[in-house]
Amino acid sequence: MRFLTRAPRRYWVVALVVIVFAGLPTQVTSFQSLEWAEVLIFAIVIMGLNLLVGYSGQISLGHGALMAAGAYTTAILVHRYHIGYLATVPIAGVLTGLLGFLIGIPALRLSALYLALATFALAVITPSLIKRPENLTQGVQGILLPPPDPPDWASSLFATVTGGPAMTSDQWLYYLCFAAAIILFWVAWNIVRRRPGRALIAIRDGEVAAAASGVNVAGYKTLAFGLSAFYAGIAGSLYGLATGFVSPDTFPLSLSFGLLVGAVIGGLGSIAGPLFGGIFTFWLPIMSSQFVQTQSWIPDQVASVFRNAGPSVTYGALLILIMIFAPNGLAGLILSGYARLRSRLRGVGERTTGQLPPDPQTV
Amino acid sequence: MTRTGPRLAAAAAFLVFTAACGSSSGGTVATDVGITSNQILLGNTIAQTGPAAAYGTIANAENAYFTYINNQGGINGRKIKFVILDDGYNPAQTVPLTKQLVEQNQVFAMFSGLGTQTQTSVRDYMNTQKVPQLFVATGATTWGLDYSSHSWTLGWQPPYQGEARIYAKDITTNHTGAKIGVLYQNDDYGQDYLKGLTDGLGASASLIVDKESYDVTATSVASQLVKIKASGADTLFIFATPAFTIKAMATVTAIGWAPRLYINSVSDVATYMKIAEKAGAKVDGAISVGYIKDPTDPQWANDDGMKLYRTVIANCSTCDANNGFNIYGVAVAYTMVDVLKLAGSNLTRANIIKIASSQLNESNPFLLPGINLTTTSSDHFPIMQEQVIQWSGEQWHLQGSIIDERGTIK
Repeated sequence: MRFLTRAPRRYWVVALVVIVFAGLPTQVTSFQSLEWAEVLIFAIVIMGLNLLVGYSGQISLGHGALMAAGAYTTAILVHRYHIGYLATVPIAGVLTGLLGFLIGIPALRLSALYLALATFALAVITPSLIKRPENLTQGVQGILLPPPDPPDWASSLFATVTGGPAMTSDQWLYYLCFAAAIILFWVAWNIVRRRPGRALIAIRDGEVAAAASGVNVAGYKTLAFGLSAFYAGIAGSLYGLATGFVSPDTFPLSLSFGLLVGAVIGGLGSIAGPLFGGIFTFWLPIMSSQFVQTQSWIPDQVASVFRNAGPSVTYGALLILIMIFAPNGLAGLILSGYARLRSRLRGVGERTTGQLPPDPQTV
Repeated sequence: MTRTGPRLAAAAAFLVFTAACGSSSGGTVATDVGITSNQILLGNTIAQTGPAAAYGTIANAENAYFTYINNQGGINGRKIKFVILDDGYNPAQTVPLTKQLVEQNQVFAMFSGLGTQTQTSVRDYMNTQKVPQLFVATGATTWGLDYSSHSWTLGWQPPYQGEARIYAKDITTNHTGAKIGVLYQNDDYGQDYLKGLTDGLGASASLIVDKESYDVTATSVASQLVKIKASGADTLFIFATPAFTIKAMATVTAIGWAPRLYINSVSDVATYMKIAEKAGAKVDGAISVGYIKDPTDPQWANDDGMKLYRTVIANCSTCDANNGFNIYGVAVAYTMVDVLKLAGSNLTRANIIKIASSQLNESNPFLLPGINLTTTSSDHFPIMQEQVIQWSGEQWHLQGSIIDERGTIK
């Protein structure tokens, strides 16, 4: 009981969010479950990107390529070696993590801007690279993955709870992504609150100072890249299972950009940020191409710009607005809004010390 | 009594007759998901943004034809509603958008989805859901060839391999001593063409002295062309999308080479040929094939089909009437409407796919005269006839007669 009454307020928020996401598929259609599964997949990869960009201060434009590595690992293992799809998810994560670790080694020698260019190059060549070993990746034909059937226990449990039909493969996929997201968010939360997290933040805020304080700069930077790639690999693997088809065109350059923009808009250096980022990255292209058309109050000229330029216009406009009005992303906006509200209600500053919490840092 | 008998019988016969008429025109109509008493809902995914955005206008042209039909009163009183979603040519977008149309919007059928990879990514899904995936806008040979394993999916345009076989026929009959160089895009589409050419040449396949590929992400094809020129080739096949074809033709002239040119139908729109000429390419005498009437060709100015096309395309404010992609859209929409009309009162998914895949026999006013759309229980390539065309004096000229490749692809 004492634990419950003493628990910080954010624990309650976390519990509420988890309950809402756990119950979501029972309230929406099977197709909408698939949409939200993709939201969670994007949230996972953005969480990894956040560890890299938000906490260690290195910029990557190549996370779409790392997702491709994860997706192709799963696709090849399932299609060619007939391994159960569930087992391939962690394998994809570990292999992509190793790949990230290897990329991280030269990354030590590059400063942030050049690292961005190097990872950009990775995103550019990946679609061409995938086409080469044709008997392995099936080249441009792509690999079709059968939809994963839910196990009997999950299917019957779902039917009992909802009192409706048995679980569909899309709903099962949602729960897979949900479980992966919970575990990976919990891992990230633990990392950033402990020694490695503090080391990463120290590197981000002042590399020389961090080195002077005894932080192994090179080691932690590589670790951050490897960890970030591990997240991207898991997300890529789930993405392949969710779309049921992987091909070179599945991972265009724009995916890498979208992920970075999602990370910034969600809020760098925050644990809740990637969830907002995932929601944003998934829904924005759909909203800008479908929603805008149906709104009669938007003038035709504006609507046609949205149709022709697609999400790029919205991405750009929103990015500028967020950078001006909420430099710490949506998560930062909510936090600072909450802090202001509290100071209005209770008087300025923390009750015991009288100090305001410092603003979260941006890169 | 003796007089009223026949009268009564006549009256009874009349009543039975009207009752029969009544029941055949209304009441017992077989319908399916996506069909209401006054609407037929069709879905489509196409690239309206991204690298293949140029194709996006096809869906708008299709919608223009449906609007035209709706303004005429629709199909048996039902109007067609056409939902177009933009997948940006990315299969990862096509999957959720197609599921959205099938499960959320509850479309009757998917129509004219564009792109080989994108449409392959949803083919298994459509076939498990048993929703027709009709007249996909890609010439990959697999649509007709693998019909037996995916019987809810059907192509429309001539398969790339069929077209390449026509070029092969032209070589083996008219240019037996040709030394052939091939430039092709390194993907399913380019490889499909190359296979058709090699198969069509058969024993003469050794005429191909060099083949070079490029990736869609490439910025130049100059090094490949220099290599092909150095191999001693005197005939060049360009199996490439419009932007690369234009670039390749300009490069060929720039490196001082004048081979016999073959351009694939994917890129032979007259507008693109003129752009290439502006870029310095000498393209006189280039050879290609056609199956649709070219809106810029003056010989169709008074043609009934072309007049109808001009009327139809006026329903789309953003469509350029001279763009060959738009008449493609109108032509394929014509076939769709034809199939829906043939289904009559038996408007079910199963019946629609049965008619489209095995009972088509249509002369389409937007295709070249003599071309007939046909499907039978053993042949699922709707269009298999094309005609050789040659570029001279700023426009394409039809050469010889219609060539039929039906039955050659197995």
